[in-house]
Amino acid sequence: MMLKDRKALFERDMDLEFMKEVHGIPGGDAIKRCIQCGTCSGTCPVSWAMDKSPRQIIAMVRAGMRDKVLTSNTIWTCASCYSCTVRCPQEIKITDVMYILKRLAMRAGQKKAKAAQVFSKTFTDLVRRYGRNQEAQLMTRYMLKTNPLGAIGFAGVGLNLFRTGRMPLGAKPIKDVQGLRRIIDRAQQLGGEG
Amino acid sequence: MSYIYYPGCSAHAGGRAYDESIQAIAPKLGVELKELEDWNCCGATAYMNVNEVLSFSLTARNLALAEKENKPVCTACSACYTNLAKTNVYLHKFPELKAKVDTALAEANLTYNGNVETKHFLDVVVTAIGLDKVKSLVKKPLSGLKVAPYYGCQILRPLSGEKDPENPVMLEQLLEAIGATPTKFALKTWCCGGSLMGTNDAVALRLCRNLLMNAVEDGADVIAVTCPLCQTNLEAFQPRVNAMFGTSFKIPVLYFTQLMGMAFDMPDRSLGLARSIIPLTVRSKPNPEVRA
Ligand code: SF4
Ligand code: SF4
Repeated sequence: MMLKDRKALFERDMDLEFMKEVHGIPGGDAIKRCIQCGTCSGTCPVSWAMDKSPRQIIAMVRAGMRDKVLTSNTIWTCASCYSCTVRCPQEIKITDVMYILKRLAMRAGQKKAKAAQVFSKTFTDLVRRYGRNQEAQLMTRYMLKTNPLGAIGFAGVGLNLFRTGRMPLGAKPIKDVQGLRRIIDRAQQLGGEG
Repeated sequence: MSYIYYPGCSAHAGGRAYDESIQAIAPKLGVELKELEDWNCCGATAYMNVNEVLSFSLTARNLALAEKENKPVCTACSACYTNLAKTNVYLHKFPELKAKVDTALAEANLTYNGNVETKHFLDVVVTAIGLDKVKSLVKKPLSGLKVAPYYGCQILRPLSGEKDPENPVMLEQLLEAIGATPTKFALKTWCCGGSLMGTNDAVALRLCRNLLMNAVEDGADVIAVTCPLCQTNLEAFQPRVNAMFGTSFKIPVLYFTQLMGMAFDMPDRSLGLARSIIPLTVRSKPNPEVRA
């Protein structure tokens, strides 16, 4: 993190609510133990594409810098590979921190969250409907919603998958899809994250 | 040895060849796989973006169904494996989370007591069955075939415990057991960007390019994978990698189970080999040591 950023932050500006939200995930209060060693950033296969490294993100969360964290492209670059999580000497679950930040950014309606939001929504709608993911429907629906032109790039891929029998188009719900939907509704309510 | 088999959603789509080859080789290995009745999607990485309790509840439903069968669960998809293993550990470690998940499961009259063991199929083959058994089944060793052993990320994390997440060698040992030559493949545990494809293509495609480049530079004839998402990413997206980086990769990407079936001399059809977009043309080469 820029030293400048940190200096500009007075204690009264710290967003304590933000820290509380991150601490609230299972094992979330571990971020208090971060020693800023940078192992996470060094191990991350995509840190080159991030505007803030994972280490910086952890520091900024601890400094309560909600807006700066939630507008960073870092959370949308994280590939959920868990490299950082297995290597962090302080056993901080950085991958899970990235996940909660994604959820908070989505809830705040961040622009950068749009693509992932549409993707997740399309995915979860399909699972609610069938109990399973349908790759063909997922890709087509998602593409049509976000980037009909970009779909051309995917069309070739889709065609090859279809040709080799790897993209079935039919879909049938699982037997107890009703029970599954009740679990989903209840869990969503208990999770309280919308 | 008997397991409850969790195929995961791609087993019926992008990863069909994986499922087919597993079903083909399992009986030979003496592994009984009983498909988990009425299983649901594990949520992949998408659900964690929406709601954490929901994400764990989805996986817990599968574990609850499996617990009734009183056998370990085995899956071959690394993403499913990570979700199953992670859910087990978290439910054990965080009682508050478990209480919420229990309440959600109760809506479908299910309970989960945390007694299901979870295994990746690679681990079952190498650890539970053992390489001696594998060797005894080899009829057509893949002599001279250079194979890049790709683990990817999620199979080794986050909770591999006793195994080595830094420098795993299971896959190399297995490849040697079927007569193939594993290449060095320095990036073997690097992420392929699977979960980013679609939402952040530029990053995902670059990760794929790095992996393909590393495999080709090592002289690999084929990349062996342990996850249907890695397979699709590395194989089906190769043309897009080429278009983006001006490369001309054309390297086959097969499941380790397909390579095993080939060494066991099983029919191509049973191994789903025709589902390859980039087929493997060389099967085995004259053994250089014998020739010399
Ligand atoms: S590896 Fe862990 S302790 Fe080190 S900077 Fe990252 S989060 Fe902090
Ligand atoms: S989980 Fe995300 S932040 Fe951590 S190493 Fe992987 S891509 Fe980087």
